[in-house]
Amino acid sequence: MKKIFSRPKSLKDVPFHYCPGCGHSVIHRLVCEVIDELGIQDNCIGVPPAGCAVLAYNYFDVDMCEAPHGRAAAVATGIKRMLPDRVVFTYQGDGDIAAIGTAETIHAANRGERVTSIFVNNAVYGMTGGQMAPTTLPGQVTTTSPGGRSPLRDGNPLDLSAMLALAAGSVYIERTTVANPKGVNRTKKAIRKAFQVQMEDKGFSLVEILSPCPTNWKMTPTASIHWVEETMSKIFPIQVIKDVA
Amino acid sequence: MSLKIIFSGFGGQGVLMMGYVLAFAGMNEDKHVTFLPSYGAEVRGGTANCTVVVSDEEIASPIASAPEFVVAMNYPSMIKYQNMVKSGGVMFLNSDLISEEPSRGDINLFRAPVNTLAHDMGADRSLNMVMLGIVAAKTGMVSREALLLAIEKVLQGKKKSLIEMNQKALEAGMNFATENN
Amino acid sequence: MSAKTLMRGTHVLGEAAIRSGCRAYFGYPITPQNELPEYMSSAFAKMPDAVFVQAESELASINMVIGASCTGARVMTSSSSPGVSLKQEGISYLAAMELPAVIVNMMRGGPGLGNIAPAQSDYFQATRGGGHGDYRVIVLAPAYGQEIADMTRQAFDLADKYRTPVMILGDGMMGQMMEPVIFPDPVDVNALPAKDWALTGAKDRPSRIIRSLWLDPPKEEELNWRLVRKYEVITEDITDQEIYLCDDAEIVIVAYGTAARIAKGAVHRVRSQGVKAGLYRPKTLWPFPSHELAAMSKDLHHILVFEMSAGQMVEDVRLSVEGRCPVSFYGRPGGVVSTPEEIAGVLNSLGANVVKKSA
Repeated sequence: MKKIFSRPKSLKDVPFHYCPGCGHSVIHRLVCEVIDELGIQDNCIGVPPAGCAVLAYNYFDVDMCEAPHGRAAAVATGIKRMLPDRVVFTYQGDGDIAAIGTAETIHAANRGERVTSIFVNNAVYGMTGGQMAPTTLPGQVTTTSPGGRSPLRDGNPLDLSAMLALAAGSVYIERTTVANPKGVNRTKKAIRKAFQVQMEDKGFSLVEILSPCPTNWKMTPTASIHWVEETMSKIFPIQVIKDVA
Repeated sequence: MSLKIIFSGFGGQGVLMMGYVLAFAGMNEDKHVTFLPSYGAEVRGGTANCTVVVSDEEIASPIASAPEFVVAMNYPSMIKYQNMVKSGGVMFLNSDLISEEPSRGDINLFRAPVNTLAHDMGADRSLNMVMLGIVAAKTGMVSREALLLAIEKVLQGKKKSLIEMNQKALEAGMNFATENN
Repeated sequence: MSAKTLMRGTHVLGEAAIRSGCRAYFGYPITPQNELPEYMSSAFAKMPDAVFVQAESELASINMVIGASCTGARVMTSSSSPGVSLKQEGISYLAAMELPAVIVNMMRGGPGLGNIAPAQSDYFQATRGGGHGDYRVIVLAPAYGQEIADMTRQAFDLADKYRTPVMILGDGMMGQMMEPVIFPDPVDVNALPAKDWALTGAKDRPSRIIRSLWLDPPKEEELNWRLVRKYEVITEDITDQEIYLCDDAEIVIVAYGTAARIAKGAVHRVRSQGVKAGLYRPKTLWPFPSHELAAMSKDLHHILVFEMSAGQMVEDVRLSVEGRCPVSFYGRPGGVVSTPEEIAGVLNSLGANVVKKSA
């Protein structure tokens, strides 16, 4: 019988700790599939964030260095500059990359660091319990915006990817989603391209992935998927934001 | 022997260069030396000063609370440092820019028109080396040979004519000091 | 060894770092230490295997240090007081991740933006860890140009040996001052001991993780005790001080760095006036050299601690002396630099009291 499904080699054989319906497990798997397909498992260094994916090193079977909250782009810069022929990626949530780590990320992109950022956007601080994030939508209820995010009071969602596209050193930035099978396929292609852009020494690449967080959105997994497709992607449209690769 | 000197003036008079050449020469005579320049915001104001210690023994403090010698290349510097000079010490004054006298009688003065001396030999910008020559002749902190060599080393890579000009200025200063004892 | 050269402290530090095998520098401009990143940038421009990045912030630069250190490289960053405050986040992580790095603080007047004059008011920050969590940083305090060169080499060696961040604590004046220096020969970077923990890509070996998160409290406790044991070994191994004219001394002045040189000048002055004074100069601030000071304190009439601060190291001196003799403090915070004359005056007044007491 033909084997059509198996665990990627660079994904450790341990159960995920992520909540049911969370996008991290799928995205972990996609990154590992790409690492396998590009044959870079032994030539790859990952930088996990502070946030739900802080334990990513329990799953990725590659060398990994944890970064302080928001500093993944700076840590990755240090690694990549010392080892320019290794493939270096960060794996960050929206609070990590678009709030506390905005400066590090923008400047890494602007310097054209040959690193790839996997940016998982779920519009909320997950690990700390569902507080308002820089990407939280207007009106969205979180534990720190109990009446819904008010743009006048709390500002509007920050489109970090669009900001990064303005930086001269960024080469490839795409926003995708893992809320549906088509999106999953497209996400994998985007991750693959982002790594390739790095391996071709072209500059900074990033894939922003809209990802459901049923637990903190207080929705069923199914409702979460619909919310990504119908609501979140209106504010954060699925598209190639920059491609000068 | 341990001698401390403060060089002071305004930016462009080569005050730091004087101190640096002196310290460099002292080092090459195997003496202990420190060169402490003023820095940062102080420099931005247009004034410059540095402290040099030349010693036969290890130098404890590079800071001169009562230096044996002070060089004042302009009037504000004389006012600023006149009270610091050690009693019985020497204050070297650029008489082209300073016509006044310090308000204390327990120090010796040596006045020299270093702008004029430098100008007369066609080396306006070498007034600092003229003054350094005077200081060297009067204090004996370092030898003439060491200073000439220091100028050569410090200006290494610059035009040969510039090195020679500075060396000539130094010797002019030394001669002036000997002639006006 | 190099020929004797006349160099400013910041340049001495840079040259010594390169000769110690430092191949990565990350920093952000701040006075009074800008000559150090400038030196590194021009030197590294000629070295294809070396990396210089001017980061967008102190936070970014210390985190680039984390990244470079992960790969096994000898790495340095430098700053002055306000900038070092920003680096504390990364220093805490370096300690927890047991990563070697050299951090330079050329202290200036504080708190806040303060000024750019030389000061010693970051002693607490440097010797108590500085950031969050239960950790220490090795702190070396040079006082002479030659010592800057020697301690820089020592800093890189200690950082690697103990897998811990090491701080070189100087001040603005030390950074600007020029003194003759002879450099040790450069180390062969390829001959340095291999780092079997470095992240280089998991080729022909299991993948490695460098982390500081231990969600399980017993695991975090284990890390903390491991660090404590390491710090005990470090304290045993590297504690160092200069003891100067203390054999017959009745008064000893304790000072480090630039203040110690001023103090030494004061000791010379009061000795010539008949006061039996000596100098005790800690060369490691953490671990603090308590042992020798404690041993001599029982025979002293008085200890004077002199710092260019409002009094920080004085606490370590009192902890060391444990009441065996009176300890008093004299300091000038805010970037004011005392003269040897001023300190001699303080010693003299204490000397007079000592005579009165024993009479």
